[in-house]
Amino acid sequence: MSLTLTEHEQAMLEGEQGPAVALSMRIITELGRIRGATELVDIDSVHIDGCIFYGQAGLDFAQKLVALGGQVRVPTTVNVGSVDLIHPHLILQNTERERWVAQGGRDLMQAYVDLGCRQTWTCAPYQMDSRPDVGRHIAWAESNAIVFANSVLGARTDRYGDFVDIAAAITGKAPRGGLHLDSERQGDVVLDCTSLSPETLALDVTYPVLGYLAGAIAGTTNPVFVGLPADVSEDSLKAVGAAAASSGGVALFHVVGRTPEAPTLEAALGSHVDAPVHHITAQRLNAARQELSTAREDKLDAVSLGTPHASVDEIAETYAAIVGGPPLAEGVAFYISTGRSVFAEAERRGLVQPMEEWGVTFVLDTCTYVTSILRPGTRTVMTNSGKWAHYAPGNMGVDVVLATLDECVQSATTGVVTWDRELFT
Amino acid sequence: MSAITGWRVTSGDASGAVLKLDEPVSFWGGIGPEGDIIDVHHPQHGAVVTGRILVMRSGRGSSSGTYVLAELLRLGIAPAGIVLTEPDGIIATGALVAAELYDTAMPIVTVSEADYQRIEDGVDLSISMDGNDAILSIDI
Repeated sequence: MSLTLTEHEQAMLEGEQGPAVALSMRIITELGRIRGATELVDIDSVHIDGCIFYGQAGLDFAQKLVALGGQVRVPTTVNVGSVDLIHPHLILQNTERERWVAQGGRDLMQAYVDLGCRQTWTCAPYQMDSRPDVGRHIAWAESNAIVFANSVLGARTDRYGDFVDIAAAITGKAPRGGLHLDSERQGDVVLDCTSLSPETLALDVTYPVLGYLAGAIAGTTNPVFVGLPADVSEDSLKAVGAAAASSGGVALFHVVGRTPEAPTLEAALGSHVDAPVHHITAQRLNAARQELSTAREDKLDAVSLGTPHASVDEIAETYAAIVGGPPLAEGVAFYISTGRSVFAEAERRGLVQPMEEWGVTFVLDTCTYVTSILRPGTRTVMTNSGKWAHYAPGNMGVDVVLATLDECVQSATTGVVTWDRELFT
Repeated sequence: MSAITGWRVTSGDASGAVLKLDEPVSFWGGIGPEGDIIDVHHPQHGAVVTGRILVMRSGRGSSSGTYVLAELLRLGIAPAGIVLTEPDGIIATGALVAAELYDTAMPIVTVSEADYQRIEDGVDLSISMDGNDAILSIDI
């Protein structure tokens, strides 16, 4: 079976709608051929990941599309860039490489604006006003956004990445394959959490650790959780997905009784009735958290929250944990990364100013693990994010402890890393 | 001379010495700006991919690998060609984008598992295309 195009798609490929559409269509159709798709699918929205600066080629590609007159034709949001455009002073420019990334990062973000993208600059586009509905086809990039859209929203996106994302936005098309298809959305492996205590299931840090284990067990297949509360929050599901997409390559998970394609275990598994079952015990959770926590020192240098970008609820919870309590310890930095629209809502609710007065540094448009924000000399960081804990030691050369919000706040006020190694029961 | 027929992922002709990897490498975080394998956990850490026919079972890792391969092609320090056993969208996209930007033509092909086993590290291998077929010739 080969890829068949409609007359309209063929005309786009042949340049009837201009050279930027033709170039984008060449990439979409070649990728479709390579993946064995037989047709393209119309998509409702795109989330772009290609706006983080890794080198000249990415900038050349975006600027070529601009020069050819490219414009997105579906609503298109953009992931974090390499620069906080609202607080540019937060980005360190001490080395030649840091200056190169800051300038290239700024130029790249401008190119995506010129192509018609909304200036969202967030890895959590699902926290914005318009979200795709169940069953709608979209082309999202960035692993945490992909897994959230598929799992929590029930929209359908395959794993798109740099360059293909903008090509999909300019054409409004993607290959109909992978997770766009019913057959690829069935659960592959069951993670039985029924032995975990209610106290453990009520903790915030349980969810990034569950996600980390899910990625390690499922790899690139679809895990199905059984035994999680029916009212588990979107923020917790966000943490599960982000961690599972980091430790493995999970792009879709189901939570029986909670997520849209899993009213029952049978529905989540479909034809995979013999899917293997793994029992997730408190002991496994404690071991996984200890494995992710690399810190060897007691002195705390920073706390980093908001990976993926913090929601308004998470900012409000942090507000409640810090404002009116003991002050931030001398020498400790306290970062919260979030998106512009969530930040504006937090400001409207009066949360921001008291938090900044306490010592919180809000990071917008980017994230503390993709660019140079942490102060030189930062060695030990606490976070409530499994994704941050997975990537920051390699990216930023720091040690990390994955902790609850309460442990992060308590340690930030004493300056001493404090966490319960046998937290889960 | 021994010939293998594979499948065209991306177009191009190439020849070079095979660098056969014991396990796949992620371009993002795995291959450095000098074209060498920088992943310290990789068994062939330090090997240089530039100008070689890179043979590995599959792709691996972050989708930002597209960026890294396109950048290697821009700088002229990419592999001469890549042989896999299954198509990989991340690697393919890097080659497709570089072809659009820099007029490069790095062939990526897939071969069967049995043919993959036949390709040994260090041999000279040339790749050419015949429609959707890729012809791999091993000099022995």
